[in-house]
Amino acid sequence: MIGTGKIKQYANVLDKPLGKGKQEVSLSAFAFLFSELVQYNQTQVDNISELETRLEDAGYAVGARVLELLCHRDKGNRRETRLLGILSFVHSTVWKVLFGKVADSLEKGTEHEDEYMISEKELLVNRFISIPKDMGTFHCGAFVAGIVKGVLENAGFPAVVTAHFVPVEGQQRPRTTILIKFAEEVLRREARLG
Amino acid sequence: MAAIYSLYIINKSGGLIFYKDYGSKGRMDTNDSLRVASLWHSMHAISQQLSPTTGCSGIELLEADTFDLHCFQSLTGTKFFVVCEPGTQHMEALLKVVYELYTDYVLKNPFYEMEMPIRCKLFDINLTQAVQKDRVVLLGR
Repeated sequence: MIGTGKIKQYANVLDKPLGKGKQEVSLSAFAFLFSELVQYNQTQVDNISELETRLEDAGYAVGARVLELLCHRDKGNRRETRLLGILSFVHSTVWKVLFGKVADSLEKGTEHEDEYMISEKELLVNRFISIPKDMGTFHCGAFVAGIVKGVLENAGFPAVVTAHFVPVEGQQRPRTTILIKFAEEVLRREARLG
Repeated sequence: MAAIYSLYIINKSGGLIFYKDYGSKGRMDTNDSLRVASLWHSMHAISQQLSPTTGCSGIELLEADTFDLHCFQSLTGTKFFVVCEPGTQHMEALLKVVYELYTDYVLKNPFYEMEMPIRCKLFDINLTQAVQKDRVVLLGR
């Protein structure tokens, strides 16, 4: 009979199960899309910090949704309440789903209590991007910083997240570090929980 | 020893967008390299018209006494050509590799304007690696 396929038809789209989806996306397709995102925002802003803010906002939207999806799909609707818990969630699960591998390292900042760093040899979004010299300290990883910020803030851990290049001796390309600075209330809550 | 003298990339209107020389033999100052690029662009176009066979896509190899010139034209009209020692092998493969690097590190870079000179650090780094690898392979034979 025409029209009846193997797929069960759901009366309400909300009843459809949340599938795992396609595991692979073309890297080239994403690279072109991201390149266009950066180019479009460049035409709308006057300076570099505004461009970084816009990329961060775009990432924030992604982070908020990724948190909801992963909490449902991978963690069985459990909520993280501890700092280290949410950080290792970002460092492993979120990175694995978005970039196909866990982040290179997660470190606690030595100078300040509220700083943590996730570092990567090279962010996936930056793979094909060469920043011209006149853009100075601009980092397209602001998009990824936005994703991390979206995940953390919507999980109840407000933070300021930025992306930086860290030069490494002996290598031409600098490492990338995502610096996470948690708000006061997060640390106080963490101390209270013991 | 088989060696590359220089590598040129020209855009579809004939302007030079990338020039790199390897060693002192191929070295040219900026004006000369621009002249060679537009000269080659015109010759390539004329040869397509002059060809006695139909469906000719232009000059692929020019052999002279002291050098060989291998040219690769992409479907979009961007031409990659390399001037090398006579008798150097596998230049077509090298040109295809350069084309791939161009599509990856130049075209996916949001800060690159189309048809403008290429100023992408990643492209330079990967191009050096590709040519090095090529040299090592050639020396090994």
